Amino acid sequence: MSTLTQNNKRRVLAEKLIEYALAAATGITILTTFGILFSILFEAIEFFKLQSFFYFMTGTEWTPGVEGAKFGAVPIFTGTLVITFIAIIVAVPIGLFTAIYLSEYASKKTRDIAKPIIETLAGIPTVVYGFFAAITVAPFIVNSFASIGIEASFNNALASGLVMGIMIVPIIASMSDDVISSVPDHMRKGSLALGMTKSETIKFIVLPAALPGIISAVLLGLSRAIGETMIVVMAAGMRANLSFNPLEDMTTVTVRIVDALTGDSAFDSPDTLSAFALGLALFVFTLILNIISVYTIRVFKEKYKSSNL
Amino acid sequence: MSNNINNHNPFYDPTLKKRHLSDKIFKYMAMSALLISVAFLLVFFTDIISKGLPSYKQAYIELPVKYNTETVADSSFAIDEKHYELVSRAWYRDMPKYVSENPEVMNKTPIEWVLADDEVDQYMKGHQNTLTDEQKTVVEELKKQGKVESKFNTLFFTTGDSKIPENSGFLASAVGSILTILVCIAFAFPIGVMSAIYLEEFKKDNKMSQLIEININNLAAVPSILFGLLGLAVFINFFGLPRSSALVGGLTLALMTLPVIIVSGRTALRSVPASIRQAAYGLGLTKWQVVKDHVLPLGMPGILTGSIIGIARAMGETAPLIIVGMIAFIPDIPTSFTQAATVMPAQIFTWAGMPEGAYIERVSGAIMVLLAILLTMNAVAIYFRKKYEIKW
Repeated sequence: MSTLTQNNKRRVLAEKLIEYALAAATGITILTTFGILFSILFEAIEFFKLQSFFYFMTGTEWTPGVEGAKFGAVPIFTGTLVITFIAIIVAVPIGLFTAIYLSEYASKKTRDIAKPIIETLAGIPTVVYGFFAAITVAPFIVNSFASIGIEASFNNALASGLVMGIMIVPIIASMSDDVISSVPDHMRKGSLALGMTKSETIKFIVLPAALPGIISAVLLGLSRAIGETMIVVMAAGMRANLSFNPLEDMTTVTVRIVDALTGDSAFDSPDTLSAFALGLALFVFTLILNIISVYTIRVFKEKYKSSNL
Repeated sequence: MSNNINNHNPFYDPTLKKRHLSDKIFKYMAMSALLISVAFLLVFFTDIISKGLPSYKQAYIELPVKYNTETVADSSFAIDEKHYELVSRAWYRDMPKYVSENPEVMNKTPIEWVLADDEVDQYMKGHQNTLTDEQKTVVEELKKQGKVESKFNTLFFTTGDSKIPENSGFLASAVGSILTILVCIAFAFPIGVMSAIYLEEFKKDNKMSQLIEININNLAAVPSILFGLLGLAVFINFFGLPRSSALVGGLTLALMTLPVIIVSGRTALRSVPASIRQAAYGLGLTKWQVVKDHVLPLGMPGILTGSIIGIARAMGETAPLIIVGMIAFIPDIPTSFTQAATVMPAQIFTWAGMPEGAYIERVSGAIMVLLAILLTMNAVAIYFRKKYEIKW
């Protein structure tokens, strides 16, 4: 009897230890988040000790690496927004319509063929998309516009935006597909029974019901586009250019981060530290988008008690 | 007449035709969205393959080679003046070493196939090149005699990076990729599976666990370049691990892959029905025994599927690795985790920035290899999911 209780005690202890080990493993993800936050924050603070925060947020000149370097990030932010905007304009209609087609129209057979195609798009590394944008799409755009007499830069924002749009199609498509598929079927049937056509049912019943999930998917795509690095490093420009013309070259937050950290400046120089200030801006912005996205999808989940999202 | 009937029909909608038309248009719009993706993939693959296939061929020239003390001392005398510039600089560089390894060729003048310069190679393939007209006539002469030939480009598959385009290959970066991914798997897989088990089977439902959940969802969407900043600040600057090494790159990728493995792991564990757990508890097993012997084995196919997809993504990742210095020039194949290394996507990135046409060709060639590996991994994952998917 006593050996049994002893065994039990040992067992309970072992169970506790295992649980703590598992909890510790889970803790690593939290450490990662804080690690990212603090590693960026500390260096960013170093940067703002040397440079004005106010000028960083409102200045329009970014001229690192020279005497009296200026670090005004506005042209970098606008460059990022222009390219992201182009990407979203491309990705949202294609992604959403693909999702609608897959979940509402396609037969099982078409679905079985179409899904791997979308997954292939998601499986292409971004450096490959970047190469394609720089070597094939950008010259194509330059030549096309030259033929109608408009001059475009070889580092034009349009090429990176278009290819980035294709890159985020699978994110928006697969998430919207899940959301649209989990809208309850009785809603569709009710609408069809009232004499609505299929497209009207989709437009007026299914999509409004799925809206929180779709918004969440778009926000996720947006955050991915803003943080995308390789496409813009390879196809977009290096010059901080305050412009809204997609045919001009412009630069993005991620391009400047890569440029600052692969240069040969000393680690504590403002040139290098500027990468962390930009990183902080990127982190805060994508964090806000991600959290809104997580919350909107929660709203949808609660509403339809759907657990497969 | 028909109008009359319709007028009496209380359900008649005069806009019906229009509605049906817009119904059709909507359907075709949805279909065309999918077709755009298909068209993009077609254009993309044709473009990459047409650019990349030539990289698997390399021009060689059959020439008499003088091996003697004078030419070993200065290898530029080994080839006659007329053909001097058509031969690769890499060949001149390696010639003395070749002689010291094969002393029997000394004081002979055999006719050998030697590696051609990349410009000759580009000329042979009909691409843009910098050969002068004079050189072109010499090459044409050789061509007529059958003394210049495109052979399978073994160098491309067996060497590391080189400043001489015709001598560069991707093997060093491929080995670097393997080392990096091994580190990534060694850390991300066990920790990811452990976290998934904890979150799905052990954790209590409270504020803290909700926070962890939001944190993981957020982490999965944090831009990859920020993981690079973390790797730089923590692994290199704080822990002092060697910059550019597979160890640092792998750890950085592991933190990035972790959320993917956790999320897919949780989904897999959640799909194991409660009846399995209850039956095991009924037999008197402890919680850990239930998880380890019953829930985990049943959830494993799902966990593996998610992990393969996550690891394939890590293998194609470039941005965080650039930040931790894995774009170094690596001519030799790395043999340890702490040595400076580069990975295939980073090699693609550095070559893409080179002006010579031969490098652009090699970028596409390396992309074909990389895509083949990644798409196979994805296909394996999808096959796995299909084959072992259990409908409870």
